[in-house]
Amino acid sequence: MTNNAVKHSEPLLRVSKRAEVVWWKGWIIRGISIVLALIACAFIIVLLTGQNPIEVYGALIKGSFGSSRKVWIMLQNLAMLLCVSLAVTPAFKMRFWNIGAEGQVLMGCLATSVCMIYLGDKLPIGLLIPIMLIASVLAGVIWAVIPAIFNANWKTNETLFTLMMNYVATQLVAFCIVFWENPLGSNTVGVINSSTQGGWLPVIFGQKYLLNILVVAALTVGLYIYLKYSKQGYEISVVGESVNTAKYVGINVKKVIIRTMAISGAICGVAGLLLVSGTDHTISTTTVGGMGFTAIMVSWLAKFNPALMTLTSFLIVFLDRGASEIATAFRLNESVADILTGVILFFIIGSEFFVNYKLNLRKKHNQGNLSASAKEGK
Amino acid sequence: MTNTPAIELRNITKRFGNVCANNNISLSVQKGEILSLLGENGSGKTTLMNMISGIYFPDEGEIIIGGEEVVIRSPKDAFDYKIGMIHQHFKLVDVFTAAENIVLGLNGEGKFNINQVSRNVAEISSKYGFEIDPNKKIYEMSVSEKQTVEIIKVLYRGADILILDEPTAVLTPQETEKLFAVLRRMRDDGKAIIIITHKLHEVLAISDRVTVLRKGEYIDTVKTSETDEMALTEMMVGKKVSLNIDRSEPKNTEERLLVEHIDCLSREGVKLLDDVSFTARSGEILGIAGIAGSGQRELLEAIAGLQHLEEGRIIYIDPTTKQEEDLKDKTPLQIRNMGVRLSFVPEDRLGMGLVGNMDIVDNMMLRSYTKGNSAFLQRKEPKDLAERVIKQLGVVTPGASTPVRRLSGGNVQKVLVGREIASSPTVLMAAYPVRGLDINSSYMIYNLLNEQKEKGVAVIFVGEDLDVLLELSDRILVIGGGKVTGIVDARTTTKEEIGLLMTKAKGGEANDK
Repeated sequence: MTNNAVKHSEPLLRVSKRAEVVWWKGWIIRGISIVLALIACAFIIVLLTGQNPIEVYGALIKGSFGSSRKVWIMLQNLAMLLCVSLAVTPAFKMRFWNIGAEGQVLMGCLATSVCMIYLGDKLPIGLLIPIMLIASVLAGVIWAVIPAIFNANWKTNETLFTLMMNYVATQLVAFCIVFWENPLGSNTVGVINSSTQGGWLPVIFGQKYLLNILVVAALTVGLYIYLKYSKQGYEISVVGESVNTAKYVGINVKKVIIRTMAISGAICGVAGLLLVSGTDHTISTTTVGGMGFTAIMVSWLAKFNPALMTLTSFLIVFLDRGASEIATAFRLNESVADILTGVILFFIIGSEFFVNYKLNLRKKHNQGNLSASAKEGK
Repeated sequence: MTNTPAIELRNITKRFGNVCANNNISLSVQKGEILSLLGENGSGKTTLMNMISGIYFPDEGEIIIGGEEVVIRSPKDAFDYKIGMIHQHFKLVDVFTAAENIVLGLNGEGKFNINQVSRNVAEISSKYGFEIDPNKKIYEMSVSEKQTVEIIKVLYRGADILILDEPTAVLTPQETEKLFAVLRRMRDDGKAIIIITHKLHEVLAISDRVTVLRKGEYIDTVKTSETDEMALTEMMVGKKVSLNIDRSEPKNTEERLLVEHIDCLSREGVKLLDDVSFTARSGEILGIAGIAGSGQRELLEAIAGLQHLEEGRIIYIDPTTKQEEDLKDKTPLQIRNMGVRLSFVPEDRLGMGLVGNMDIVDNMMLRSYTKGNSAFLQRKEPKDLAERVIKQLGVVTPGASTPVRRLSGGNVQKVLVGREIASSPTVLMAAYPVRGLDINSSYMIYNLLNEQKEKGVAVIFVGEDLDVLLELSDRILVIGGGKVTGIVDARTTTKEEIGLLMTKAKGGEANDK
């Protein structure tokens, strides 16, 4: 050969995109990934602790279904995570990368707390609840709409903007806690109106969390219908898929961006109300506890479909509850639970790669040909 | 050795998912030969060439260069085997000079002596008859100059096998002639050249042999001297097709759209449209010709209400009331609410005209979803419309609920045109409506435009194939550098005249300097 090119052999692995995957094949791949994740976790458990993995998995399930109390806690956590996931979904469907749900929910919490602390014992509950709802929704909307206005008018980066708004919200709450300290010097707010229960959401059918769960269930159905069957939902999809198409058919893109973020913010506000008035009856800078970010994953894994989101948020909550159960039952460090959750999520998210792509191994015969022809060349 | 082909492909197969882009294809090129790779859009020409240039890797088959089997894993490997590909979309850095772009990515020792590079470039240029200033920046160049830089780039790297992907798509007839002269000189110098095209007269003008592909299958290889347009079309399409457009005389024409002295600026303040004026009449097809990017898109978008105008007016004359409406700075929604039935088939079908991930029904709804006072969508009417369009235009699709992105180019365009025609427009604008379509779909679109014209619609058709523009249009407006350089009668003008008008504005600018 006259040129100085080096002989190459075919690459060992090649990645190629799959054509449209049949839905059940996709679910088989996802199922396999969960099985593999559990096997990987078993290895880790045996290596690190020497415990019987089957027992550990038993504890995992017990975490969510061990007793009726545990079931209720699991459902409550599920409802809250689902609520925040619903909130981020309209914006994400519009390809508006709102990572500020954490702050938006926290602002909802703050507004609720203000109402409870200053109005809790002065107004009848029938009047207080609507006021709290309006206040928390408004707070969430304002926190969500500020970045939206800047993005719509001046094309600022929504991801950075919403992220920074989170810190502002956290600092605001920290600031208020200084005023509301109870008992003094504890640097916490304590249970608000613990004696009068002023501004607490009512307990229905004797179940503390039932109201929260019902509210979120209604929101899920509502958002599903809104996104799929309403004209505004259609506009969100068009803007998300292609801003140019939206402009071409005369959709007011700025209006849609701001309106959709307002909806996201409003649902975040409701989540804040449910957290403070319906669950914790107190506020701290960590009341939301990272749900604003976990919600993004829940929403993505469900491909922005509110119905599927009940499944994905169940999965996350189930793992979370199970992992802490493992930690207490086997007197393991909390970190073990985190490791297990991490491994399982890694496999689940990784499975999306294999749903969309396939790997091609180098073909044996091809290699044979190559070496044969190389010999001939000599 | 003289009979060893410069490059030979044996039984190459490439699949993308379930789609077989190339099935068992073999071809060869000798040194000092020009081979045309002919086929309709989607027949797998570019895929095949991308495997030679290292962008894709074949699933099966062998590539043989100079008698030895090789494996090409990357564009770098291809370059080691002295293969150079000139892509349809240029890959140049705008703010660099021609010389800088040419040496970009070369692993030389130490520093480049840019003067030496310029001298080498000049040497290559004079050898093959290129006209290029090595110190000119890319952004100052015309499309044909950029293409020249791309060709010199691969020659500079010592390529002996050149692949050109649809090189004439962006050139005027005069520029095409120049390019062909250069290619012939390179052939006589012993280079092996493959030119991808779907224009028959170019195949006949330039190549020694033709290899025809159809839907990923190898059809045949014939000597150019022993074939003609009819035979090649038949091989390409698989059946006999008549390549005639019935052009009727315009009837009852009246003024429908008056565009008066419009100016339009880009975000950077560059004039995209400069004092453009013309009249579109009902029952007539007004063709718009020009080099790509001369302001065609901006012109149509300005009329559709998507571009802000600095100056001028766009007057729409209502066919029944004869009332005049100014469309300047109205949004598309306002224009529609004024009762102006303006349809627009944009150049970017999936990025502007349609939403790729939505199904046909939801895409039909794009224009009409706001109808009615309900907050919820009415999917009944769009569904009927979708089914009507699928039936009448013969859209090949598994059903009305298939996402349009999964349809082939021709079917996507049928969905878009079908929707735009469904609103019985009085003005129909179509930008490059047959780009990427096979011959049958193209002629179907031409017929649809003609039908609309006969119905009394004012049709504005932006085209790139001058032969088609000449056959289809009644009048042709030529645009160059954002200016109208001429409006001619399509029945009496010639390709050469339009070609000259296309470059007129640019010529003027050059003289000013």
